[in-house]
Amino acid sequence: MALIDTLNPLLTTGWSKGDAGWSLKDYETRGGYAQLKRILASKMSPDDIIAEVKKSGLRGRGGAGFPTGLKWSFMPKAAPEKYVVCNTDEGEPGTFKDRDLLRYDPHSVIEGMIIAGYAVGAARGYNYIHGEIFDIYRRFEAALDEARAAGYLGERILGSDFSFELFAHHGWGAYVCGEETGLLESIEGKKGQPRYKPPFPANFGLYGKPTTINNTETFAAIPFIMGLGGDAYLNLGKPNNGGTKLFSISGHVNRPGNYEVPMGTPFAKLLEMAGGMRGGRQLKAVIPGGSSAPVLPAEVIMECTMDYESIAKAGSMLGSGAVIVMDETVCMVKALERLSYFYYEESCGQCTPCREGSGWLYRVVHRIEHGEGRAEDLDLLNRVTDNMMGKTICALADAAALPVRGFIKNFRSEFEYHIEHKKCLVDPEVQRMGSGFFKAGAA
Amino acid sequence: MNKQNDMLNSDSLTKIDREVAKYPADQKQSAVMAALVIAQDEKGWLSQETIAAVAGYLGMAPMAVYEVASFYNMYDLQPVGKYKLTVCTNLPCALSGGVHAADYVKQKLGIDFNETTSDGKFTLKEGECMGACGDAPVMLVNNKRMCSFMLPEQIDRLLAECN
Repeated sequence: MALIDTLNPLLTTGWSKGDAGWSLKDYETRGGYAQLKRILASKMSPDDIIAEVKKSGLRGRGGAGFPTGLKWSFMPKAAPEKYVVCNTDEGEPGTFKDRDLLRYDPHSVIEGMIIAGYAVGAARGYNYIHGEIFDIYRRFEAALDEARAAGYLGERILGSDFSFELFAHHGWGAYVCGEETGLLESIEGKKGQPRYKPPFPANFGLYGKPTTINNTETFAAIPFIMGLGGDAYLNLGKPNNGGTKLFSISGHVNRPGNYEVPMGTPFAKLLEMAGGMRGGRQLKAVIPGGSSAPVLPAEVIMECTMDYESIAKAGSMLGSGAVIVMDETVCMVKALERLSYFYYEESCGQCTPCREGSGWLYRVVHRIEHGEGRAEDLDLLNRVTDNMMGKTICALADAAALPVRGFIKNFRSEFEYHIEHKKCLVDPEVQRMGSGFFKAGAA
Repeated sequence: MNKQNDMLNSDSLTKIDREVAKYPADQKQSAVMAALVIAQDEKGWLSQETIAAVAGYLGMAPMAVYEVASFYNMYDLQPVGKYKLTVCTNLPCALSGGVHAADYVKQKLGIDFNETTSDGKFTLKEGECMGACGDAPVMLVNNKRMCSFMLPEQIDRLLAECN
């Protein structure tokens, strides 16, 4: 997926040559590793780096939006063994930005992780990469080899006192490992079942040692923040929403793909960049932040800007920046059925409300979709979500519940039609042709 | 112990050693996910014996390795065909034909999800999000090769390529 259009490219500056621009040489040509060199040569204090990241307003790009500089500052100073971990277990349906970051610009993530290691006093890091993108894992390993050979990784980096090693670890198909403590368990060679928090990873992380864990895009932003300065980076976006953000646009647009825009860009502009609606059809709904985020009707999302506050005010979440666009050919009950099946399949099973609740949600939505819904089912679904949200170790239960609530809240009449008439509001043939899989007129 | 280690060939063991070296000396278990993939690549699937061999090599209890093998979706605990096709049917893919692509493959091969063709060539699996939603419909071939924009013509070509 090549980048097609962008405003203020920063993270995507290295993407213009597609698969031909990822190597160390290319990265250095565009100014790569200059920040690491400057930090090491000037013996910059770790506190100054953390202060700069705080100033930048960078918030975690994996979905939670936690201030990155603040997270780094939680790391205990004195601990003898600490880790930096990158979360590239990108499995939130709709999200595919980290894959392209590692594909086109893996060294920006490596440099970001080394700088993070320097700032928090860690000597070792791991990048946990989604198992389904094995080609990207291989590429990241090749980039690590390059960085090692050039002296950016290893003992006494570039002649300084700072040593840092970095390795790649792959997943093998478990959505829950995107949850940071599930991911840490997975690196430890166990089932990826999330841990109770507190203690948070900054105190008890990988192998029980203090650990800073950030999303791929968060680390990729670090060299740019150090280059521009925190203030300049912040000013690219809007207050409390620093910098630029990658949005992964999927579904019914003419040019699905990743788009980098300043935080606060109007949704309408983003949709235009993605080529507008496929076939000129009407926008029906958008999931603005990955499948866990509540769906928003067209008229609401068209008034939103793409930043944490605007989307939250509209009743959803910016999340990971996965924008799933649905047009008038979509049956909302069927759409929710796909999502509910996913959470049912991916619940790790350790918490009863999630293990049982996700099954209830899927089975009830499934029966509505298949013409066996009952009048009381919508209340039943909402009641099940009440019994899931906030009642489990990790947020997967909430992630399963929020889409159900959002779909029912915003498209209740379509669910009611389904229950009453035992069929879709949208004609099945219209739905069938909506995906673009079949050529018009073909059987 | 030695007998179990003999079950994986030296090429696989060399690859596993390389993975073990990524982790602190007292954390060999961290290499178990990669080791199981390497074992699965060599054997085609993970039998109890293969799981025990990995456990023996990493100094883990066989049950601890089995827990990992059964938790993550892409480990095969039953034999699969020469080509395992996994089609993503999650919502973003479905909007651009993921479910239709799966239906098309089912019809072409005459099998349903979790079935293998009688000649042992193809196994079909339903997959969850592969993190490539912009390239929908998306399929994986034998876990490691991702195929993008799989419309009928591309699926026909892929099936013909698989010998």
